[in-house]
Amino acid sequence: MNGREQEVLETIELRRRRKPRLTDELITLAHGAGGKSSHVLVEALFLGEFGNPLLAPLADAAVFTQGGTRLALTTDSYVVKPLFFPGGDIGELAVNGTVNDLAMMGARPLYLTAGFIIEEGFPTAELRKIATSMGAAARTAEVAIIAGDTKVVERDKGDGVYINTAGVGVLERELELSPSLVRPGDKILVSGTLGDHGMAVMVARGNLELEVDLESDTAALADLVRGLLEATDGVRCLRDLTRGGLATVLNEIALTADVGIVIDESSLPVRPEVNGACEILGIDPLYVANEGKLMAVVAPEAAEAAFTALASHELGINTEVVGQITEEQPGLVVLETTFGGRRVVEMLVGDPLPRIC
Amino acid sequence: MKYVDEYRSPDVARRLADQIAGLVEPGRQYKLMEVCGGHTHTIYKHGVENLLPPAVDLIHGPGCPVCVIPMGRVDDAIALAERPNVIFTTFGDMMRVPGGNGSLLEAKARGADVRMVYSPLDALRIAREHPDHEVVFFAIGFETTTPSTALTLLRARSEGIRNFFVFANHVTIIPAIRAILASPDLRLDGFIGPGHVSTVIGTVPYRFIAQDHGKPLVVAGFEPLDVLQAAFMIMVQLAEGRAEVENQYSRVVREGGNERALEAIAETMEVRTTFEWRGLGFISQSALKLRDEFADWDAELRYDVPGVRVADPKACQCGEVLKGVIKPWECKVFGTACTPEKPIGTCMVSSEGACAAYYNYGRFSRRLETLAT
Repeated sequence: MNGREQEVLETIELRRRRKPRLTDELITLAHGAGGKSSHVLVEALFLGEFGNPLLAPLADAAVFTQGGTRLALTTDSYVVKPLFFPGGDIGELAVNGTVNDLAMMGARPLYLTAGFIIEEGFPTAELRKIATSMGAAARTAEVAIIAGDTKVVERDKGDGVYINTAGVGVLERELELSPSLVRPGDKILVSGTLGDHGMAVMVARGNLELEVDLESDTAALADLVRGLLEATDGVRCLRDLTRGGLATVLNEIALTADVGIVIDESSLPVRPEVNGACEILGIDPLYVANEGKLMAVVAPEAAEAAFTALASHELGINTEVVGQITEEQPGLVVLETTFGGRRVVEMLVGDPLPRIC
Repeated sequence: MKYVDEYRSPDVARRLADQIAGLVEPGRQYKLMEVCGGHTHTIYKHGVENLLPPAVDLIHGPGCPVCVIPMGRVDDAIALAERPNVIFTTFGDMMRVPGGNGSLLEAKARGADVRMVYSPLDALRIAREHPDHEVVFFAIGFETTTPSTALTLLRARSEGIRNFFVFANHVTIIPAIRAILASPDLRLDGFIGPGHVSTVIGTVPYRFIAQDHGKPLVVAGFEPLDVLQAAFMIMVQLAEGRAEVENQYSRVVREGGNERALEAIAETMEVRTTFEWRGLGFISQSALKLRDEFADWDAELRYDVPGVRVADPKACQCGEVLKGVIKPWECKVFGTACTPEKPIGTCMVSSEGACAAYYNYGRFSRRLETLAT
């Protein structure tokens, strides 16, 4: 490779680290897809107006101390279509997603709120079904839904029902989890097969004419995290793998911590059905969402204990060590392909995928 | 995954790579063009270039269906999409392609009813389900996608669906290859021929490349081993001083192509006198339009399509990239003004575009090589 090409690549790297500017005149679906455009929207628009040290890390949940207690607070909205899909529904998702955001900070989730925006004409029986599954999911995750709100909008002004949940949890151990703590040599683990939720929802929308048995993996991960944090104090950072998939999470870590990341394609756990559907649709499972899997970065000496803790839990049976943090090529995620080549794994750009959470 | 893993074996890949390296004449630099965007995608996605000896260069050709659509046609598409009562259907890749006045994705955000489909049959289904709307399908692509548009037209006629219209932008591969062979600034040693296109047109139409231009062409499949084996077969031809059309993808491609598909195309479409290609300009007899018998389903006849010509942005060098004259990174705006999230040129939009493939996948593999050497 010659010097000019090197120069071009270095310029690109510098630009990738620049503070993003929002130049789009209109919001498009890409701004909600969890990839690059979402980041630009949050950083260039919201962060500027709301800016404060607790928000600034843009973590899954904010952690703060009140009356000597460390608390975690988060919120998330759910607009998945269809509302009911194999393996779950919007209600279960709304509980588990928010519980998981708290768990990723090492918090024990305590309480949730639930806000419903319902479209005029929505069947009461379906709403009851959603409420029932929210109640069940809350009991499984050992949280209580202690406040809520209901609004109804005119017909055609909503998509059946949207749900917003907020959650608060308590950090019971001296612990900090953050992408900025990862170091070269650290190992990267994922707690199971990638892309299950995203593919299940895509197929459930029924316009692909694919017949595959896929189920969403929606699950509350707080208990899995509790077991992991009890087994080792070498955990540096936890993230749940939602919109944008593993690729997006790894890119965020690489840029935040200014480290390189190398992952090994042959170690990535992907169900054959998910892999097959992805091949047909030309989608990379690295970008497809889960709703019940996490990624952990752990110190090298903690990798074995972390693996055992995750793999021995029923939600982590397919745990794999998929890669590591490196000193070389800071800011970039590189995949070693099964074929024996190497390539960059970029953050998700745009989004041809339907709404999945 | 069965039927996939067999074509991604790293051991076989290494053996092939060694054999290719063994065929290199000392001091000679080889330029092989993969015509098809699908191959470009495979090459970057699996890191095939890493395995080739430095003396063998892969040049990325014009066969990315999204990349060759000129900006004016995108503007036409947006004008159709913004008509009242129109549901505009398109493959997902086309949604982000910028015209002179934004993209279809932006038109959708402004209120146009733009829907992504995976097949023209999905568009026809939407037409069936919305008899009070007019459904337009943005038909793009080479001979790979043309048959499905043709069959959809035949079905629309047999079912008597009158609210379905095709905005035809189908192009043909042979005139594009001719244009490249006529390009004075390019010296190619051989071609990796498109796999899916060849399943339709067969291998006979490529013969002039070997006979008149003395270049080998090997039709290849889309798994990384297919591409590597095709490169090997070209290198063997070059070493033996042969120039022939060979078929690496014989598990799918037949010499005569797919007669039924060709019949369906011939029944519904005919060659246009000329058509504009992004970056390549007007190429005569390089695209298809609907036959008169299908005028009732022809969006260009049904609507007043503006048909404005939009000059490519000055800084954009998609044309040179599509012809393989320059590598993506040699374009003046690559990765700076033109990125996958804010593309200027079409080559940066589609995952099959050479620039997007290089930006998304290739940026680092080459850096590693530099570090290692």
